[in-house]
Amino acid sequence: MRIKCPLCGERDRREFYYVGDAVLIERPDAEAGDQVWDDYLHNRDNPAGITRDLWQHEGGCGAWIVVSRNTVTHETLGVELAEARARKIGRGAS
Amino acid sequence: MGKLDAKSPCDGLLPIEIGAARLSEVEMTRLTSLAPKPGQEAAFSKALKAAHGMALPAPNRATGKAGARALWFGKGQGMLIGPEPEAGLAAHAALTDQSDAWAMVRLEGAAAEDVLARLVPVDLRQSVFKRGHTARTMLQHMAVSITRISGEAFLILAFRSMAGTLVHDLETAMKGVAARRGA
Repeated sequence: MRIKCPLCGERDRREFYYVGDAVLIERPDAEAGDQVWDDYLHNRDNPAGITRDLWQHEGGCGAWIVVSRNTVTHETLGVELAEARARKIGRGAS
Repeated sequence: MGKLDAKSPCDGLLPIEIGAARLSEVEMTRLTSLAPKPGQEAAFSKALKAAHGMALPAPNRATGKAGARALWFGKGQGMLIGPEPEAGLAAHAALTDQSDAWAMVRLEGAAAEDVLARLVPVDLRQSVFKRGHTARTMLQHMAVSITRISGEAFLILAFRSMAGTLVHDLETAMKGVAARRGA
């Protein structure tokens, strides 16, 4: 599997560290309630198909990225910097 | 306190020459990590150019030349090699002295590309990785910075604590390439 880092270009999967579901960026409000927080912390889908994950380009530029990929074909469908994604949903440093 | 002898990271290990590849240590010098403050990349680049003669390198590029070089060193980072950074640069960026933290070696010769092809998962052939191109990548399992500094020469930086492994891995690959070439 190869992942196209937004900074470094296409690189081998071995340079990247898997961090978890990209939903981690969408942290709920502190007062959102137990149900929402339980969902955020523990409940994950495990799709055979398209998924969105956080990866870190650990063996490269160090950037955190959001990768959309197909778990069945290993095709990567899109990559963006996690900070860009965070800004889009109104989170993260300006 | 007793007298302490300064030793370079690859002291006693280099230089070596095997077949058409030569590996030598680059003399220790001042290394400064450059981290521009958010939104100040352009101002910092201008200040760096005024102070040391080279712009802040774009991703995957190096600027300057031997004696005063700047490498792109990862997301939001550069590495200044050589000069003592001018104090005014700190207005636009965080500057961190890393002088003794990295082992710096130079791999050169007609076989240099073939040696790196055995160790690095990035295409470093001349056709795509030209002089002034740089990459943060891995050499075996080590995080490194690799820059092509001339037609047949690469500058490689690895953590100082990994200097012995760096030399060992490169030497093993150099022997393998030489054996295949019948050198």
